[in-house]
Amino acid sequence: MSIFVDRGTRLVVQGITGREGSFHTRQMLEYGTAVVAGVTPGKGGQRFDDKVPVFNTVAEAVAKTGANTSVIYVPPATAAGAILEAADAGIPLIVCITEGVPVMDMARTMPFVRSRNARLIGPNCPGLITPGASKVGIIPGNICAPGRVGLVSRSGTLTYEVVNQLTRNGIGQSTCVGIGGDPIIGTDFIDCLRAFQEDPNTDGIVVIGEIGGTDEQNAAAFVKQHVTKPVVGFIAGQTAPKGRRMGHAGAIISGSSGTAEEKLEAFEAAGIGVMRRPADVVEMLRKRIP
Amino acid sequence: MNLHEYQARALLAAVGVPMFEGDVASTPSEAESIARRIGTPVVIKAQVHTGGRGKAGGVKLAKTPGEAGDIASQILGMTIKGLTVHKVLVVPAADIATESYVGIIMDRGTQRPVYMVSSAGGVDIEEVAAKTPEKITRLPIDPVYGLMPHQALTLAFSLYQDFAHVRAAARILDQLYRVFVANGASLAEINPLVTTPGGRVLALDAKIVIDDNELDRRPDLALLRDESAEEPSEVVARRANLSFIKLDGNVGCVVNGAGLAMATMDLVKFYGGEPANFLDIGGSSNPEKVINALKIITSDPNVKAILFNIFGGITRTDDVANGIVAATRQFKVKVPIVIRLTGTNETEALKILESVGMRALSDMDQAVEQAVRLAREAP
Repeated sequence: MSIFVDRGTRLVVQGITGREGSFHTRQMLEYGTAVVAGVTPGKGGQRFDDKVPVFNTVAEAVAKTGANTSVIYVPPATAAGAILEAADAGIPLIVCITEGVPVMDMARTMPFVRSRNARLIGPNCPGLITPGASKVGIIPGNICAPGRVGLVSRSGTLTYEVVNQLTRNGIGQSTCVGIGGDPIIGTDFIDCLRAFQEDPNTDGIVVIGEIGGTDEQNAAAFVKQHVTKPVVGFIAGQTAPKGRRMGHAGAIISGSSGTAEEKLEAFEAAGIGVMRRPADVVEMLRKRIP
Repeated sequence: MNLHEYQARALLAAVGVPMFEGDVASTPSEAESIARRIGTPVVIKAQVHTGGRGKAGGVKLAKTPGEAGDIASQILGMTIKGLTVHKVLVVPAADIATESYVGIIMDRGTQRPVYMVSSAGGVDIEEVAAKTPEKITRLPIDPVYGLMPHQALTLAFSLYQDFAHVRAAARILDQLYRVFVANGASLAEINPLVTTPGGRVLALDAKIVIDDNELDRRPDLALLRDESAEEPSEVVARRANLSFIKLDGNVGCVVNGAGLAMATMDLVKFYGGEPANFLDIGGSSNPEKVINALKIITSDPNVKAILFNIFGGITRTDDVANGIVAATRQFKVKVPIVIRLTGTNETEALKILESVGMRALSDMDQAVEQAVRLAREAP
């Protein structure tokens, strides 16, 4: 009833003993995620909060616990290495929360991730959640509710804003995926749209994009050709000036490319319902989903 | 982070890219002595982070060392697109036979560095790309193997017929790629790459943009940042670990998260207002960040109302409330503040605000509308 994560998700947390890693591991455990292992080199043999076994390497964690998903909370300088390690250990789904990973590192890392047939989500993303089943990352569990709308977004808190609107109005979610705001990311809109289209338990899809790059335009072209489920979309950054990085490394209009207008036009041309405000999501979905 | 032309030249010179001798000056007398040393005529070029320097009068020819000093004194201190010129580059005014463009960008689509070369150089390459894309040769580079020798040659052959030129250009293309990778650049370009009547191939102007994410592990590059070339409030914000961009409107915005910050600005516009800034206080916001944010925003005289939009997922809204209260105790905020806050520890946050007579809304649209109205009604 979801994409990418479900009750079968067995999670290893890379950087489990760090400040961010330990805080969010507790949140994930509290939500009910099956956190089966942690990895911090040099702390192998310990137990996190007397519960989760800590290993020195991801390979060891996989061998001893059968972990099938990894989430990464390590500093930017070591994040690419952590992704490579998870892929090398055979983890099929790797979620990198870390913000500030050098783009050159990602350019070098992606070919290896692909060669191992692994899926990377992020970096610089809030992770994903299948409400009621598994939360991998930092999306607050209390604002989500199980249901049949899939959501994919480049942003963090803007996602929360939209999810919150949905939940408060009785619209639950199948899975919410934050794909990240960096220029080079492992999973894009199209990957998620394809998965939602194929998921029998998703009835409609919300796409939240922002300025910069052409991912939203490509997503629109994909929707036009391959998606039969209703899609509504929002683009943040309509008032952003050109040539400035709006927080996210990927949120930058270069020259005349990557503007909100061209993305909104692409959405409209593909039959995607264009939300003018985050609050529009509820009404627009209700209109489109019988 | 943008580098100045003279800084980009230094990185290229360090790997042996051939270029005319030249030097940077911050006073007219320095410019004069550089002109004397390298020989006249010279070109004096303003060092600012913007295009269109020539049109703005920031690039000028000087025939004698004395004139170089005079022109430098005109250009130094002038303002180009809001940026004050603090340094000029002095280079020989040489005869040029051809001008080409060579550059590398980190491409999102291919997830690789992409080389772009064009024999239509010396002009804005984006214009060439938009109007005559067939004049640009594009080549994605495998970041694992780097630029291969035959690739460098192939690119160079698309620029020149003379094999001596091709060989020289291929070498420069290789050097530029090395600079791009070694410095974690998101853009590195030589524009124009020129040939001289004597048959040499030289870099005349260079532009390098460093990926901000490299700066933590590369303090040597971080030192190249020229804070005098930036908006002062943005410098203060960066030091306080805030992501801030100044705009021209009158509604100051304090938001957690980049996407929500952009959406908030858009909503201000939707309700007929103009945002005064983009400001993301980040995920783990301690009260200190909120105080700094308010200081920066209130220092902008255009700001007539301040809008807080906080969705507490990871951010604790009580931290933000404490920050607002502490800030208003530290200094007087003369414009109205509208607070929208919801999420983690919301009840505590509301109590903290109530204790000093402040209120918060839970709906984003309501808060934005109210802030826009207050800004409009302000005296």
